[in-house]
Amino acid sequence: MLSRLAQSFLLLLIVSAVVFLLIHAVPGGPLTMYLENPNVRPEDIERLRASLGLDRPLFEQYLSWLSGFVRGDWGFSYTDGRPVAVRLIERIPATLELIGVSLVVAIVASVPIAVWTAVRQGRLLDRTMNGVTLAAISLPAFWFALVLQLLFAVWLGWLPSSGRLSVVDRGLADRVGHILLPATVLAALHGAAWVRYLRSSMGQALRQHFVMVARAKGVGERLVRYKHALRTALLPFVTVVMLDAAIIVSGAVVTESVFAWPGLGGLFYEALIRRDYTVLMAFLMLSSAAVILLSALADALYRALDPRVRVAAS
Amino acid sequence: MSPSLRTPAVILLSALIVLALLAPYVAPFAPEAVDLASRRTAPGLLHWFGTDALGRDVLSRVLYGARVSLAVGVLSAALAVSLGVAIGALAGYVGRAVDAALMRLTDAMLSIPRLPLLMVLGAILQPSIPALVLLVGVAGWMETARVTRAEVLSIRGRGFVEASRAVGATVERQIWRHVLPNAIPAIAVAATLAVGRGILLESTLSFFGVGVQPPAASWGNMLYQAQSTMTTEPWLALFPGLMIFLTVVAINSLGERLARG
Repeated sequence: MLSRLAQSFLLLLIVSAVVFLLIHAVPGGPLTMYLENPNVRPEDIERLRASLGLDRPLFEQYLSWLSGFVRGDWGFSYTDGRPVAVRLIERIPATLELIGVSLVVAIVASVPIAVWTAVRQGRLLDRTMNGVTLAAISLPAFWFALVLQLLFAVWLGWLPSSGRLSVVDRGLADRVGHILLPATVLAALHGAAWVRYLRSSMGQALRQHFVMVARAKGVGERLVRYKHALRTALLPFVTVVMLDAAIIVSGAVVTESVFAWPGLGGLFYEALIRRDYTVLMAFLMLSSAAVILLSALADALYRALDPRVRVAAS
Repeated sequence: MSPSLRTPAVILLSALIVLALLAPYVAPFAPEAVDLASRRTAPGLLHWFGTDALGRDVLSRVLYGARVSLAVGVLSAALAVSLGVAIGALAGYVGRAVDAALMRLTDAMLSIPRLPLLMVLGAILQPSIPALVLLVGVAGWMETARVTRAEVLSIRGRGFVEASRAVGATVERQIWRHVLPNAIPAIAVAATLAVGRGILLESTLSFFGVGVQPPAASWGNMLYQAQSTMTTEPWLALFPGLMIFLTVVAINSLGERLARG
């Protein structure tokens, strides 16, 4: 366990170096916002470069940035001058709400569909679902979001097209109405991939010897499916869901931007338009850290849940 | 073409590639031709996919956009797969410290959410199309590297590789002659998926205005321009997106077929 923690820590260090170097090594770098502004004179740029320490060697800059970052000093937003940490933290609840709802929907929908198709492999239903999920994982998320917006908000007028709450009505129905479309986009995207994964691992589980033995000794088909096969297939599924965290972050950025959802993804897009470099850096670091944390957690969970791994380890 | 590959997906992709290559001959209008007299025309007999706010023919722009989108997808995938095969083969064959270092780098790259990272780099660089290929390609090698490494690990222990080692083949020859050819089926699947991912990434970046820059048309940046007038001219948002969707579905279903063998 300790070595796993050390590994995650090392990974975080590598990630921070990669992100920092990529952003700083490209022409323009953190000062893009000023370079694009015709009112900023070249000598001002030079002064800024010196005062922000951007004229120092890259490695030195990295060390001072890193030591600030781990102490919680994430700098100030170029846009409104407030501390970056404050701007990020105030957006976390909205993002957790959207991701939480969509993941619950995706998991609740994908498990039964996967089981259902896995026990009917090759039949019409299975082939149809395969086509549907293949289409869903091929959807450009932003376009899917636009089409849903057009259909349900603009033409049918059933749902609000963007935001998290209305100005006046803030009841539960209003909340549900706002979250329905963005959550659908995210849930469809992730759910489809998970159905495909779980269907194939469930199919493999059903072909294993212990399932055959269970059937041979007369265990009922329901029990075989749900207790023997599904339990085996769900184990790696739990970790797959958590390991998809990086993809979920990307999905949240797209969905929140299109639907103007006031979460971290929405903040990232606002910062991108204004080239608000400190916010962008903090977002990349924070989301990578979350991904690494979740994958370490997935590892621990897998050990805890799977008796075979537990026994092998001890 | 072997009969097993004569699927709707392959036919659709081939047609698309031919149409993209022949765009100057098959497009009914010039893609940049402004026609202020017929601005914002709904799809009809003259303009099958309608026209945009400057009166440019959407079908023609979609055909020319196909060249950009397909080229970025294919070239970035080629770059990603070359890098991935090189890194994966090296890690798998050399092993030990090299393996550990390369795999930690792979883990690290996979931990950084790819789209936001590319969006930031795109915003700073305002990339030209070759630069975009470079960005998407360099950000996309990790999956292929993992697949290649796993294949190499399982192949290098087999008898024929050991035999070649025994008769004194160099490491290079072992890798090129004996290991990699046997890894090709798995790499082909990874490459196919990389093309689909490249097209999706390019279109997403361009949709957010940090990918292919106007006036060049790509499916993604057509959608970027369509977003503001989507409610009154929905066809501007419909057709380019549909093209991305159909192309990626076709590519992914080809990948699925290849994976099944």
